[in-house]
Amino acid sequence: MQKPIYLDNAATTAVKPEVLEAMMPYFTERFGNPSSVYGFAAQNKSVVTEAREIIAKALGTNTQDIYFTAGGSESDNWAIKATAEAYRDKGNHIITTKIEHHAVLHTCEYLEKQGFEITYVDVDEQGIVKLDEIKKAIRPTTILITVMFANNEIGTIQPIKEIGELAKENNIIFHTDAVQAFGQIDIKVDDYHIDLLSASGHKLNGPKGIGFLYIRKGLKLRSLIHGGAQERKRRAGTENVPGIVGLGKAVEIAMNTMEEKQKKEIALRDRLIKRVLEEVPYVRLNGDRIKRLPNNANFSFQFIEGESLLIMLDMQGICASSGSACTSGSLDPSHVLLAIGLPHEIAHGSLRLTLCESNTEEEIDFVVEKVKEIVEKLRSMSPLYEDFIKKGVF
Amino acid sequence: MYSEKVMDHFTNPRNVGEIENASGVGTVGNAKCGDIMRIYLDIDENEVIKDCKFKTFGCGAAVATSSMATELVMGKTVREALQVTNKAVMEALDGLPPVKVHCSLLAEEAIHAALWDYAEKNGIVIDGLEKPKSDIHEDEEDEEEY
Repeated sequence: MQKPIYLDNAATTAVKPEVLEAMMPYFTERFGNPSSVYGFAAQNKSVVTEAREIIAKALGTNTQDIYFTAGGSESDNWAIKATAEAYRDKGNHIITTKIEHHAVLHTCEYLEKQGFEITYVDVDEQGIVKLDEIKKAIRPTTILITVMFANNEIGTIQPIKEIGELAKENNIIFHTDAVQAFGQIDIKVDDYHIDLLSASGHKLNGPKGIGFLYIRKGLKLRSLIHGGAQERKRRAGTENVPGIVGLGKAVEIAMNTMEEKQKKEIALRDRLIKRVLEEVPYVRLNGDRIKRLPNNANFSFQFIEGESLLIMLDMQGICASSGSACTSGSLDPSHVLLAIGLPHEIAHGSLRLTLCESNTEEEIDFVVEKVKEIVEKLRSMSPLYEDFIKKGVF
Repeated sequence: MYSEKVMDHFTNPRNVGEIENASGVGTVGNAKCGDIMRIYLDIDENEVIKDCKFKTFGCGAAVATSSMATELVMGKTVREALQVTNKAVMEALDGLPPVKVHCSLLAEEAIHAALWDYAEKNGIVIDGLEKPKSDIHEDEEDEEEY
């Protein structure tokens, strides 16, 4: 079979060869524990520090504010639960949005069961969080605002700076889940008044199983894992040295090539969006046209269901994803698509294509042709399309 | 995820289409849940199903179970067709993933709905056939609040 056309980079990305190469020695010959005294192992302490420096520089902060974790979900859980615990005396209210990743939403739901009050703020039809609703939601007891930097499904970039300012003015801690945005967009934590930031290695051509949490100096967050002195005693456990080295290398590459990568991806993304909107009838683009991640396109095709579309694309060697119920493992389609006001039946017919800079125009054109063919085939089988054609109703 | 038979019926579905002036038409499912099936039956004077077509909005399993259901009822009498259960559809497809079992129930229900329509149009009673439960406009649930 031909090499697949991979358009699911929001799910995970390929580890870059340079990243793998940087990691390799730390599995075999340089396997030492960074906490050991002898020189052979102690040099691993310095490579961990180097990776921390690369990340700190990317965020415009200091190395002691970067804490390695096992990934984005862990960072989100830590940031939210630890803030809730540490600032419970101040209040029990948390503000978030309806379009967060489940790592944030389910953590908030868990805290609700522990007696915290959560406000889930609405987004507009482009998927941009409503600032005035955040403002209105603020209470004297609000201890945390957590809003994702960019949405994982529809790619919408949120007004993080404005939210950060709002949080700062009101003396509220501000966390952002930047798992999709970090490495794609330049984020300096001070510019955005971010106090806590979650990120993950495997979304930016680094390895899986490694991520980090940025914790602003002075925050009284508790330890996530008690044990040894690693990560300033806040997250014990022997460091995942190869993972940390890989993450550092991936961040370094992402920061050095960001502009060029953005330019390439935006050109491909816009070609894809333009062609699909022009050439496929009864389709809509989900998410904001401009304020979106460089690599994200998300469409809803009326009258068809997403899983069918994915299987048929897969048979053409195209890897994509959908927000249909069938792919979410529940009866409801994606909470993000419902939050932007899509009716269930249109949310079921969604397709997310997330590209990378190594995709080509030829691949994009091939995908557009296949999408056109498959949508037409599925519509010819759809009773909803039949009703629409005969009666003009949907 | 799916058996070869399911993939075969999904990618090359049998009996897709409509029947004009069908003896019975049944539509079941709910766009909100992501599955709608419509079955058309052409039934002769001996109550034998001469033709059967379907249209389905739904996942791979929904399409495959509809396709298989039309094959299983083709040429049967209405009473025999009533005996085609969701289990029979599943077995004929070499099984379905647990989360997709409801698709086979929907296929059974679609056949029943089409038979019900046929019985109503002709003023006859088919023993053991109950009024179909699901309709596109029923079962409207409130949206889950996050």
